[in-house]
Amino acid sequence: MSIKAERSEELTKLLGTRNVYGEVLAELGEHYENIVALNADLSGSTKMELFHKKFPHRFFNMGIAEQNMIGTAVGLATTGKIPFVSTFAIFAVGKPWEQIRQSVANPNINVKIVSTHGGITVGEDGASHQTIEDIGLMRILPNMVVIVPADGIETRKALQAIVKHRGPVYMRLSRMRFPVLYDESYDFTISKGTIMREGKEVTIVATGLMVSQSLAAAEQLEKAGITAQVINISTIKPIDQELIIRAARTTGAVVTAEEHSIIGGLGSAVAEVLSEHCPTPMRRIGIQDKPGTSGSPAELLDRYQLNPQHIISAVEEVLQQK
Amino acid sequence: MKSTHNVKELKEKACQVRSDILDMLNRAGSGHTGGSLSAADILTALYFSQMNHDPNKPNWEERDRFVLSKGHGAPALYAVLARCGYFDPEELKSLRKTGSMLQGHPDMNTTPGVEISTGSLGQGLSIANGMALGLKLDKKSSRVYVLMGDGEIQEGQIWEAAMSAAHYKIDNLCALVDLNGLQIDGPVKTIMNIQPIADKWQSFGWHVFEVDGHDLEAILDALHKAEKIKGKPSIVICTTVKGKGVSFFENKVEYHGVSPTDEELERALQEL
Repeated sequence: MSIKAERSEELTKLLGTRNVYGEVLAELGEHYENIVALNADLSGSTKMELFHKKFPHRFFNMGIAEQNMIGTAVGLATTGKIPFVSTFAIFAVGKPWEQIRQSVANPNINVKIVSTHGGITVGEDGASHQTIEDIGLMRILPNMVVIVPADGIETRKALQAIVKHRGPVYMRLSRMRFPVLYDESYDFTISKGTIMREGKEVTIVATGLMVSQSLAAAEQLEKAGITAQVINISTIKPIDQELIIRAARTTGAVVTAEEHSIIGGLGSAVAEVLSEHCPTPMRRIGIQDKPGTSGSPAELLDRYQLNPQHIISAVEEVLQQK
Repeated sequence: MKSTHNVKELKEKACQVRSDILDMLNRAGSGHTGGSLSAADILTALYFSQMNHDPNKPNWEERDRFVLSKGHGAPALYAVLARCGYFDPEELKSLRKTGSMLQGHPDMNTTPGVEISTGSLGQGLSIANGMALGLKLDKKSSRVYVLMGDGEIQEGQIWEAAMSAAHYKIDNLCALVDLNGLQIDGPVKTIMNIQPIADKWQSFGWHVFEVDGHDLEAILDALHKAEKIKGKPSIVICTTVKGKGVSFFENKVEYHGVSPTDEELERALQEL
């Protein structure tokens, strides 16, 4: 069984997805001599510094100039390199969005954009640095694969998979450490979701940090006599339609949960699938069309209603509609 | 493989390229006449003399690369690629038509010989930098050429790229500017002045050449000299005439994005 933790007492081991990224990129650099890394003055925070130390000639600090960073990565890719581009999520996909559209996504260029500091749990830096739009911004682009790992193990496995995938990938990582959910036997496949917990009355479809939040919610719901199925959708595009449709048919009620605007992200992607193939009562947990604000990650999860009790309320509401 | 044309032959090639540009734009019924004609001699010098490339092997690893950062000059690039032998010149008639291999702006996935898709201004220099860095990592002697418009260098990304090319001492790169002095809304100097352009590039750490962009010998002389500049990138600022070769298109803002009518085409071909 590849799912290590299901219950809250097991969700105690924490691992930073960006820390894992730094280690794995440096490891992959040994096996793939054509990996190059580009950063925009955040190689410490994004943990790319490990790669830099190991392969100084294959690392390019582009300074605080993200549009040029994307273009340079594209040029490198045309010579057979596999460029990994990293900075904070908003600067990775917000500032150079049009460069990504024109020069990466449309022509299907093999550039891997791995951002850190996604979502509101960036915390004290506030709204300017809290990216709650990146999944939508990347999901809308042709050829782009969009991945949000749920823990450090999945981060490792997903990195190993995307390096083999030919084409553009966006992966969102976080500043804060996530509870470890998977064990090392987990086999990540692009576009495959995971049933993290079985349940009959409702399905909670989550991504990133919200997978562990949803598992905590499901545990509490069980005590109240409601069994909730929890699904991790780490590949938001191309999404695991089959799994989502099958789940909706089985439980007949769906709640989505993401650390992202409720517009354009996982909730929208799941609604697109279900409205066409299996209309199902739904609720979307996420940021309710407003900007972020400064605060500790824990306070912000509460303020933006991303905690287990908010998921539970959404479940109760959607069950009324069944 | 470098071509070995003399100047007289190159001038004939440039004339053929201009004639192709006018004909395909007339058939298309839309497109960028002025900026294609102003770039015709620069592209002729690159593809028929300067660049090491093989139309029979567009993906040959040792080739020199060219990036048309001013993507709206696509007709000039398509004419040159067709006349080099990358594809049948008959295809030029399909420019901008549904399903054509010749898109309104360059598309690397449909047109043999197009190195990278462009059209959104300001991105080509960054991409050329990346190509040049990749070739250096692989210890290849290939060179990278990139052509920008003068209005295009109003884009901030150009200057991010200018800074990083000098920072990384990218000396296997030679940029060119098609300094035709006009952009869609009017003269560049009245819309958003870019002068003193040579000083700007020099202060960013580039070796600057300034030439008449319609003098094939002068362009080639600068490109040859640029190959010898080590430790910094080079740029050739080519002073050109928008609409060059057709008297009634020359220096006319209104022919930036308008194609010739049947009557204009007839008169224009006579002039060439």
